[in-house]
Amino acid sequence: MSLVELQDVTFRYRTGPGVQDITFPIEAGEFLGIVGPNSAGKSTLLRLLSKVVVPARGRILVAGQDLAATSRLHLARLVAVVPQEFQAAFPFRVAEVVLMGRFPHAAGGPWAGPRDQAVARAALEATDLAALAGRRLDELSGGERQLVSIARALAQEAPILLLDEPTAHLDLRHQVAVLDVLLAHHRRVRGVTILISHDLNLAAEHCDRILLLARGRIQALGRPEEVITPGLLEAAYGCPVAVAADPLSGRPRVQGLLGRRESSAVTS
Amino acid sequence: MSLAAEAPLVVRSRPGVLALLAGVLLVGLTLSVMVGTVPVGPGQMLRALAGTGAAEDPAVAIVREIRLPRAVLAGLVGACLALAGLGFQAISRNPLADPSVLGVSSGASFGVVVAMLIGLAGSSGHPALVTLFAFGGAVLAAVVVYAVARLDGRLPVTTLLLSGVIIGLFFNSCVMLVTALLASNELQAVVFWLMGNLAPVGAGPLTILGLTLTAGALTLVRQAVRMNVLALGEEQALQLGVEAERVKRVVFVAASLLTGASVAAAGSIGFVGLIIPHAARLLLGPDNRTLVPATGLLGAAFLVLADLVARRVAAPMEIPVGVITAFCGAPLFVYLLRTRRGGEPL
Repeated sequence: MSLVELQDVTFRYRTGPGVQDITFPIEAGEFLGIVGPNSAGKSTLLRLLSKVVVPARGRILVAGQDLAATSRLHLARLVAVVPQEFQAAFPFRVAEVVLMGRFPHAAGGPWAGPRDQAVARAALEATDLAALAGRRLDELSGGERQLVSIARALAQEAPILLLDEPTAHLDLRHQVAVLDVLLAHHRRVRGVTILISHDLNLAAEHCDRILLLARGRIQALGRPEEVITPGLLEAAYGCPVAVAADPLSGRPRVQGLLGRRESSAVTS
Repeated sequence: MSLAAEAPLVVRSRPGVLALLAGVLLVGLTLSVMVGTVPVGPGQMLRALAGTGAAEDPAVAIVREIRLPRAVLAGLVGACLALAGLGFQAISRNPLADPSVLGVSSGASFGVVVAMLIGLAGSSGHPALVTLFAFGGAVLAAVVVYAVARLDGRLPVTTLLLSGVIIGLFFNSCVMLVTALLASNELQAVVFWLMGNLAPVGAGPLTILGLTLTAGALTLVRQAVRMNVLALGEEQALQLGVEAERVKRVVFVAASLLTGASVAAAGSIGFVGLIIPHAARLLLGPDNRTLVPATGLLGAAFLVLADLVARRVAAPMEIPVGVITAFCGAPLFVYLLRTRRGGEPL
């Protein structure tokens, strides 16, 4: 059984584009990348999967359960989301924010129990944030805040982890830190990790499969070398690209080409 | 880099600080009862509390009839307004929200003068009805403010404050309109009440106020964890299993009810809902589980002491207590507005 399954899902915002006729299954253990141009519907897919919006047509199954019939609280034990922007309206401390990830588990009582404390502490250590546990969220750098966001999601102990551009705006050190944390978590949990990224090379390097989305529709879904091709990317992005094999990993690498009308596939 | 295994990540609650705040409130109440044109000694106060000696000692009668009801009223109103501010701040995710800044107090005042106009207030009316009208006015104003301020599902600080000011001015004009229609023998009472007046109101209104405070505070305590999660934004709250819209509705009704009840009892006293949650956050951090009781206690202590200052600073003249709260609140408002960080969803 697939851990996540979308069946003919269509959703449209009142004012803008959405997604159309999306059908695909995701198996447990899969690290899926979602790529595509701006307003292709990538974030909409994450919002559909976390029931922030509900499909106009079609169904979404998570762990075999129809999202329409799943309570928000129950869903939060299955799906954790790392949003594009993460900040708190009031000066909460890192540990307090990470413990908020325990809300779906501790909804019975107002205070976190010993197990919640232990899980939150493990999440802080997995993200190397233990030393910052007492710091205020608004005093942290963007990279540190992103790690707090991930720690909060890990504390949810959900088998499905959705991330919306977790490495955007981060320097190289924090990009590496974030990816290390995510890959270690994925190997440990063997659930589903879905990563939205504008960085095609990052997606090609680390994802098992890549979903290429454009204009709200699936353009391609497959292994990186099947999707990261000049033909598919040029059709989706509308600009010429070159694709080569990475010298270290052999995975495809993309470069947008400047001042050229025609594309070419270069091999190194 | 591991933490001590036993040490909890977050301190559960601060019974010490809460006890300290309760102590401050008690001291405030005691001072408020003892200090005045006629000084009252500890013995007289205790006799008054015990319910004896009112006949032979005028000071005991003053405590029982005037000072104690007034101090209790100030405490209840202060707690109600502070908690209302905390509630509005949590749902708008904005530390500048407050019943007076948002125009909600003006709406409640409008409800009260309407009740006066149709003869429901005063000796012939019932305090519960007046509270209900104030609540109606508060909800009306708050709904309009939020509707005007909302842009693409967000509540930006600038539009929220502007719409609060405009709606507040509008309802103030409605209050003036209704006041002009009132009989002249009622006029003076209305004017004093509008200025914010902690004159003793009798057992009925005090009971209504106390019940509203209890219900409102319990509601906020029940929602405290969800209010915390809401600070991460509505989408994040939904993704953590919090029914954000429902929480906002519940807290909104509670905060409007608290505002309405305090305005019905004591008129419009500004800025308490701004000052107190901010001070409590400085003392205890933003966790609503401790912030709710702390805000209630601190709000009560603050208004009791502000009323004492208002009574004594120009004695034998008495200045409206709203002047004291505004003198404290307005500079704080400016400070909060000027120091907010760039990207923060204030």
